Amino acid sequence: MLEVSEISKNYKNIPALNKISFNVGKGEMFGIIGPDGAGKTSLIRILTTLLIPNSGYAKLDGLDVVKDFKKIRKKIGYMPSKFSLYQDLSVYENLSFFASVFGTTIDENYDLIKDIYQQIEPFANRLAGKLSGGMKQKLALSCALIHRPDFLFLDEPTTGVDAVSRKEFWQMLATLKKLGISILVSTPYMDEATLCDRVMLIQKGNALTIDSPAAITAHFPHPMWSIKGGSLYKIKKVLEGYEFTHSVNSFGQDLHYVDKRTQINITEIRNFIQSKTGELVEVNTILPNIEDCFIEYSR
Amino acid sequence: MNNILFIIQKEFIQIFRNKTMLPIIFVLPIMQLLILVHAANYELKNIDIVVYDKDNSQYSRELISKFEASPFFNIAARAYSPATVDEYLYANKAELALVFPTGFEKDLVTQQKTQLQIQINAIDGMVAGLANAYVAAIVNNYNKSILPQIMPISANGSIKSIQVDESYWYNPELNYKSYMVPGILVLLVTLIGIILSSMNLVREKELGTIEQINVTPVKKYEFIAGKLFPFLIIGLVELAFGLTIGFLLFHIPIVGSLFLVFGVAVIYLILVMGLGLLLSTVSSTQQQTMFVAFFFIMIFILMSGLFTDVGNMPDWAKNLNRINPIAYFIKIMRMVLLKGSELRHIKQEVTTLAIYAICIFSMAVWRYKKRA
Repeated sequence: MLEVSEISKNYKNIPALNKISFNVGKGEMFGIIGPDGAGKTSLIRILTTLLIPNSGYAKLDGLDVVKDFKKIRKKIGYMPSKFSLYQDLSVYENLSFFASVFGTTIDENYDLIKDIYQQIEPFANRLAGKLSGGMKQKLALSCALIHRPDFLFLDEPTTGVDAVSRKEFWQMLATLKKLGISILVSTPYMDEATLCDRVMLIQKGNALTIDSPAAITAHFPHPMWSIKGGSLYKIKKVLEGYEFTHSVNSFGQDLHYVDKRTQINITEIRNFIQSKTGELVEVNTILPNIEDCFIEYSR
Repeated sequence: MNNILFIIQKEFIQIFRNKTMLPIIFVLPIMQLLILVHAANYELKNIDIVVYDKDNSQYSRELISKFEASPFFNIAARAYSPATVDEYLYANKAELALVFPTGFEKDLVTQQKTQLQIQINAIDGMVAGLANAYVAAIVNNYNKSILPQIMPISANGSIKSIQVDESYWYNPELNYKSYMVPGILVLLVTLIGIILSSMNLVREKELGTIEQINVTPVKKYEFIAGKLFPFLIIGLVELAFGLTIGFLLFHIPIVGSLFLVFGVAVIYLILVMGLGLLLSTVSSTQQQTMFVAFFFIMIFILMSGLFTDVGNMPDWAKNLNRINPIAYFIKIMRMVLLKGSELRHIKQEVTTLAIYAICIFSMAVWRYKKRA
């Protein structure tokens, strides 16, 4: 059980985190979602006892991250965003080194890392620096797990990893969760939010909202439409000048449009677009996703 | 405690796997000893001289032949005008000009005194001073040998003078290499102690591996001890290796106790590794570390008395040398290796080094933070 209360952190005069509070229950997968520079890494480094907050406190199973850092370090696993294992040691040497410094052995906790480690075991004698991105990530996760931590902190584990490896990685996390390990994971990818039990959306050091992904999207305050077809750039420009527009954002092949009014007529919007651009578009009502919510809350 | 062993083990694997580290450790000492010992040589031999003999008499020719016979001088040319003398000096074809004035012999015989002009290229003051001393010695000797011929015989028929017999101690052959080798060994040990150890520590920061170590229960002292111990061993191996080369190749005398030498080396290494550790706490990349280390080592080396005698430095420089660890260790090495000084003779230097080591090392450990 992790309890974070009003954590703030400044770097000189620049605020990085502003009164962040949340709880993570046992066996829960908690996501911290936000763009680069939102404060995700600072927050995780505070929770992993590497950084001291300016104010506020955080407790892991009742242990304070500042005062009881020695005890906490035995209970947590941490995977930094940058690959931080020894590139000039082999896969096996890295794993056994980290097992040793935690006072354990690979054999003792092999069952926990088996599923992950087996995939890189054929390369046990290869230097870590010579592994591919996905394999490095599996090794890093194995090393973070080798001492059987209660709580796992993962800082942007899927950044720079291909789509297939990303998917695999989230499956591994789901397996670990089933074993009762609490997981706190940060990611800049909004689509990964739905894989977490609960998420915190964070922007410029401020928590925008904390809830389950389903609840966050359900609480979106406006109806939303997707607009397909035609020249999206031109239509977006036109809608930005429309008197009833609340927001309009492009999402791949369509625009997500939010109207200021609660009751509106689809044909009215279609006609407006047609009159301005001469293009015929398809307008459908859709449910907002996490990214829509993020954009809405960070307005 | 076990953690220290695990870290030491890891360090040795990494050091021996590093393709640049091994050559540095084993090729560097050989190269430095082979090259520096010969290059940093102050023995003066074969100074080129140009002779302008206006007198061309028996005495002048005799004196010139004395110069010819000396191993220190080599008569490069004979000039027949003042302008040619200058030409030779300008072109660096001669370092020194001997000019015999007209009437050199006549004055000597009739007035019992005469003049000889010496022009020395004094751009390198050290060489000029030595050359002058050698010239003076030859002229003096010649003076003595011709005295009986030109002086009226005294009442009792002999000339009284003080005879000086010289004997050089501790380095009877005035072998410059014996003087240089201990100093260069100190240089090697220092490079390992400061540069290699601090770079090794900063490397963990630069590559980010320190993040992963910091969340482990490894304690600060365990990490530092584990990281530095390998370099203590490498430093001592290096010293032993260098001493062996010095002994076999340069036949340097090892008069004093090797046990004492290595004992002091341990203290010295702890001190310089402390400096390295301190350096690593203030820099975040290996490049920064290199430059800062280079800055200090340059000053320490040039002031240490490795190349020039500390005794001749101005007082402020002598005082500055009180905080120069290299100066202490070079002094101790030369005393113990060449003279056979014992612990009681170097007690003061060793105590200073030890206190210094404790201060620097504690400061470095205190400055080193496992978290921000």
